[in-house]
Amino acid sequence: MEIHSRDYRQRARHIIQETPEVREAVTAATQTFDDHRRAAFDDLDRDALRRWAEGVKSHALTHLEEYLQEAEARLLERGAQVHWAETASDVHQVFQHIVAKHGVRRAVKAKSMLSEEIGLNPFLEACGVELFETDLGEYIIQLLGEPPSHIVGPAIHRSLEDVQGLFHDRLGTPFDASPEELAKAARRVLRDAFLTADLGISGGNFLVAETGSIALIENEGNIRMSTSLPRIHVALVGIEKVLPRWADLPTFLQVTSKSATGQPVGTFVSIIQGPGCLVGQEPDGPEEFHVILVDCGRTRLLADPEAWEALRCVRCGACLNVCPVYRQTGGHAYGYVYSGPIGAIIGPGLVGLGETVPLPFASSLCGACEEVCPVRIPIPKLLHVWRQRAVERGLTDGAERSILDLWAAAVTHPRLFGWVEKLMAIIPEWVSRRLPMLRDWNSGRELPVVEGRTFRELWEEGIE
Amino acid sequence: MRVSLFVTCLGDRFFADAAADAVRLLRSLDIEVDFPTGQTCCGQPAWNAGHVPEARRMAAYTAKVFADAEHVVLPSGSCAAMLRCTYPHLLGSSELGERSYELAEFLVDVLGVTVLGGGLEGRRLAYHHGCHALRELGVQSQPMQLLTSAGARVVPWEMDQECCGFGGLFSVKAPEVSVAMADRKLETLPEVETVVSADGGCLLHLDGRARRRGMGIHFRSLASLLWEARRGNP
Repeated sequence: MEIHSRDYRQRARHIIQETPEVREAVTAATQTFDDHRRAAFDDLDRDALRRWAEGVKSHALTHLEEYLQEAEARLLERGAQVHWAETASDVHQVFQHIVAKHGVRRAVKAKSMLSEEIGLNPFLEACGVELFETDLGEYIIQLLGEPPSHIVGPAIHRSLEDVQGLFHDRLGTPFDASPEELAKAARRVLRDAFLTADLGISGGNFLVAETGSIALIENEGNIRMSTSLPRIHVALVGIEKVLPRWADLPTFLQVTSKSATGQPVGTFVSIIQGPGCLVGQEPDGPEEFHVILVDCGRTRLLADPEAWEALRCVRCGACLNVCPVYRQTGGHAYGYVYSGPIGAIIGPGLVGLGETVPLPFASSLCGACEEVCPVRIPIPKLLHVWRQRAVERGLTDGAERSILDLWAAAVTHPRLFGWVEKLMAIIPEWVSRRLPMLRDWNSGRELPVVEGRTFRELWEEGIE
Repeated sequence: MRVSLFVTCLGDRFFADAAADAVRLLRSLDIEVDFPTGQTCCGQPAWNAGHVPEARRMAAYTAKVFADAEHVVLPSGSCAAMLRCTYPHLLGSSELGERSYELAEFLVDVLGVTVLGGGLEGRRLAYHHGCHALRELGVQSQPMQLLTSAGARVVPWEMDQECCGFGGLFSVKAPEVSVAMADRKLETLPEVETVVSADGGCLLHLDGRARRRGMGIHFRSLASLLWEARRGNP
């Protein structure tokens, strides 16, 4: 997938100024998600659950090799084919082989952020495969030719009117079609795709090592269809998705669902452990089941003692929903598949700081994200780790560096500090407005009013 | 009891009168106030921007300035949080942070004062919770208690705990997003004439945006309101 994170500021500005309706749509949707999340945890000991979930994920990550091998052994016993992919191109090769071997013409896809991360759709299309995103939100953005803007709600930046217009053009629905009519129209297209596709592609919310089970949470039934109707099912699973025990799964399904949408648990949960079996003459699932265990930078991030905790992420999106920075722009400003607070701490880890450097700075460090994270990732602390590294590697703005150097010198020399304060009072506003940083302040705000005297001066005169 | 006031860099330059109100308030409660004149900035701007060695130098300097202070009181939530939550990481010692407090926190939690007076009778206020006071210091009820016990009506504000978009250098590194965040605060503001906060950065940012939009709202430091609460006491 192409990364455009370096243009964060320009992209954010464009969205805010040119498409103000995005801010409205994203704010409304994320507030609703967050209200539901709050209500879902109302009668539970949320902190106890979060501590437990944190402990399980941290344990799994620090014993990753043994649990992945256990998962692989269980999957192989049940007839699954397991592939290990270190890079995106390793994943592409597995697909290329499957497509060639089975003459795949048409594929249906369940929602998978990992597939976005590795640029699967353009690759398969280049292989001549006709691809259908089957999650309604994903289907909408596929028609629009856009990437997802949110981990859970890929099309939340779009309004009902946008979708009415799009479906009118592409599917012939009336301009004022209701959400139900729009869903029906998509369903007609997708139903046909499910029945005629050779290949079904999914992600995986969890991979249970003890039983070799892949668990998938959804609300629309499209994952169940994508993973059971086509002859071949390929599941893409990031290696960090492993859970040690079967007994861990129910609580993780609940904590993830509640954190994501506020549901007690997703409407459908599919547990897949192998290819279909014959029931009479009919197979009850795909003839072939492949699991691709994907690294794509995860091992490297895991080995990073200061930043590895980001890998606990269960992709619930709660940190996006509560993030006031994310709410102003939605996910496209970030220029990377994972947006919001979590994207800003896994992006630098997975693809490097050079490509993603503005993202850790795309935060006011308000700390709202950390409060809601179901696996207690210390997001502000990790944002700060990446900021520190960006500065150390000289990836930040030179003017900012000079100003902070000057400030540090002034702060540790009180007389110099006094002069700087006096200077602030005598610089005319028309000059201030043109100075670096103050210029950016002044673009949308009046400059602060400098009071006549400093507190220091008042103190010296005596406070009555 | 003796208190050393850490006025903070923004406080010294932009909120001098409010800081003087903090002094008057503390003295009226029979607290001896001193002002170590070598004090400058806690280093938070450098820390938040990822400039750790610079932040460490500023922290070490500040710790030296306040080495003899019995209690350090700051009319700023985020600077108090810097001392308590970040200095241990920078200096390897939590000693200074443990005796440093945001003003309202000091009044309620250390002095046990919950009623300052009745000087805010009839006032309608909105309160903006600075993120670091709220989430790092856990200061939430203390300012409410002091304002309402003085007769003020703190009007419910849906977004009172959402970040205003200041965030130190964030405000100039992503100014469009920062301003949009301020707009969200201002657009949801209930009908009040005064917005109060314990954080100077938030006040400058919200006030700058409100003035740009031509909104006639007063943004005032908590210290000033608390002194008004006290002064009105017959």
